[in-house]
Amino acid sequence: MRSPRRLGDRLFSSGALAAGLLILVVLAAVAIFLVAQSLPALTAGGTDLPAGFTSFWSYVLPLVFGTVWAAVLALVIAVPLSLGVALFLSHYAPRRTARALGAVIDLLAAVPSVVFGLWGITVLAPFVQPFYTFLSAAFGWIPLLAGPVSGTGRTILTVAVVLAVMITPIITALTREIFLQTPRLNEEAALALGATRWEMIRIAVLPFGLPGMVSAAMLGLGRALGETMAVAMVLSPSVVVSFFLLRSENPTTIAANIALNFPDSYGSGINVLIATGLALFVLTFVVNAVARAVVGRRGGGKGL
Amino acid sequence: MRTGLAITTALTAAAALCSCASNETGASAAGTSSSSALQGTISGIGSSAQGSAQDAWRQAFQQANSDVTVNYDPQGSGAGRTAFMAGGAQFAGSDSFLKPEELAGTFKSCKPGTKAIDLPDYISPIALVFNVSGVTSLRLDSGTIAGIFSGKIRKWNDPAIVALNKGETFPSTTIDAVHRSDKSGTTNNFTDYLNKTAPSVWPQAASDVFPFTSGDGASGTSGVVSAVKNGKGTIGYADLSKAQGLSIAKIKVGSAYVAPTARGAAKVVGTSPVDTGREANDIAVKVNRTTTDPSEYPLTLVSNLIVCQTYADPSIGSLVKAYVTYATGTAGQQASAKAAGSAPLTGALAAKVAAAAATIR
Repeated sequence: MRSPRRLGDRLFSSGALAAGLLILVVLAAVAIFLVAQSLPALTAGGTDLPAGFTSFWSYVLPLVFGTVWAAVLALVIAVPLSLGVALFLSHYAPRRTARALGAVIDLLAAVPSVVFGLWGITVLAPFVQPFYTFLSAAFGWIPLLAGPVSGTGRTILTVAVVLAVMITPIITALTREIFLQTPRLNEEAALALGATRWEMIRIAVLPFGLPGMVSAAMLGLGRALGETMAVAMVLSPSVVVSFFLLRSENPTTIAANIALNFPDSYGSGINVLIATGLALFVLTFVVNAVARAVVGRRGGGKGL
Repeated sequence: MRTGLAITTALTAAAALCSCASNETGASAAGTSSSSALQGTISGIGSSAQGSAQDAWRQAFQQANSDVTVNYDPQGSGAGRTAFMAGGAQFAGSDSFLKPEELAGTFKSCKPGTKAIDLPDYISPIALVFNVSGVTSLRLDSGTIAGIFSGKIRKWNDPAIVALNKGETFPSTTIDAVHRSDKSGTTNNFTDYLNKTAPSVWPQAASDVFPFTSGDGASGTSGVVSAVKNGKGTIGYADLSKAQGLSIAKIKVGSAYVAPTARGAAKVVGTSPVDTGREANDIAVKVNRTTTDPSEYPLTLVSNLIVCQTYADPSIGSLVKAYVTYATGTAGQQASAKAAGSAPLTGALAAKVAAAAATIR
């Protein structure tokens, strides 16, 4: 049986519906804009592209590679760090310390990326350069670390460190909440069986939090994929596929490439840049879909 | 006597009235030519290289003409030319002059059937800055510069560099050549210089995007300067005005080595040929990169104002004319030299630009 609906109810529900639809409309509008503006670029020939590129795909593929490569390197650095910080906050630190430290980490998330960029070029890059020289001299036989080492330190590894610092707060904040939600009984049962604190975390906390950890990492990855200013400022970019971590010649990311080249582009050059933006749109969409699938399959909802 | 007095009084009064009236018309006439007719807003879009010069000109011009607003948005040369052609801006600032295919198109702000003209308004020498421990002075010829920036010369103690710098000792440090990672008119002028003077090492034509993937890229002039300053064994190119505190290389011109100066930059632009086959007032200077006169510095950037010869709206035309006349005139060029460290237009070229500016309608 349905009770007669009042005016206030109707207004509120239609307002909420409109707000929900608006998100879809905005997303659709962005997608339509990107596709419409990209179409001329997909068939662009040599004259519309920067010198040295023959087709749009040969231009966009290195950019997609660079975007994923920088973000993955950042994740490799940020995920272990964030999990360590989150576990410390949730299971090791005294409550008062945990609260203060948590606030500091949230503050780190509020620093604008341009500030991280400035820090990257003026402090971090000159600081790590001698270390890179040493690393390449000592471990140059590892292909990733082969020279010649960049004289300015503005390499993809430095960018990955900057990105890692930027995404650590997000991953830490989310995983801390997840670890705190571990059922008390599971933890106490593990301890009652004679587990040490680390064993308790391994058998009770981590398995419970796994889907949440995956989705937290994916959110961090999403931020790293789209990060623009810090990469544009710190990286010494080229449109190439290269795995070397310490050289001057680094693959650049889509977002940074757009930021650097848009101001002086015109005509079909703008279409080409927008088409690379479409590629980034699709890429983040795929990453999000994969993340959802992972979380869903592992019985999401328990964690996040 | 009485009548005489009366007549005199009447005459004086009349004269006073007359002078009063003529004063008034005189005042309004003067007003028409200086401030009250100059009223309105003009907007320009374009090169960021001349951005700080434009700021200086706008400020002074708006102070002298309180009813005028001049906007300048340094979005970039390409964006400026596109917006100007589409009618979105009344003038453009561009590091390259109008291309023939652009001249063949239509200009929305201009009177139908008329074309736009280029007027050089900003000259700036580009300095080669370097940071190599133990090296204080550096002399390079264009072939060596091209070798360094294309990645063919990799070490500071390369024989090609040592041969040009007798008496200087170089470390075996790897050369880290820093270029602009964003599109830029500075890169365009730098690559044009290398292409014209060392075509065998640098066959790529001038372009806004640095043509090699090798080397270190940094965004903006400030990015290049900070990368050179903070790096090891670095060399880069940047506007002379932004190169303070860094060592600056001398480049070979003729048989001498020349450091960048405002005077040398102005001189090379003054003696450079103007692209022919254009309208009489279209002054498209092609900088003479291969000059052998050691009082000239050929690694120089010239930025242009792009304006209509005749505007569709005459009131806009008179505003642009006044602004361009000021900016390219002695006072304006001194102002930009002070604010942006540019080289003032001089001599025959300044006179030519002034004559062309006077024909804007």
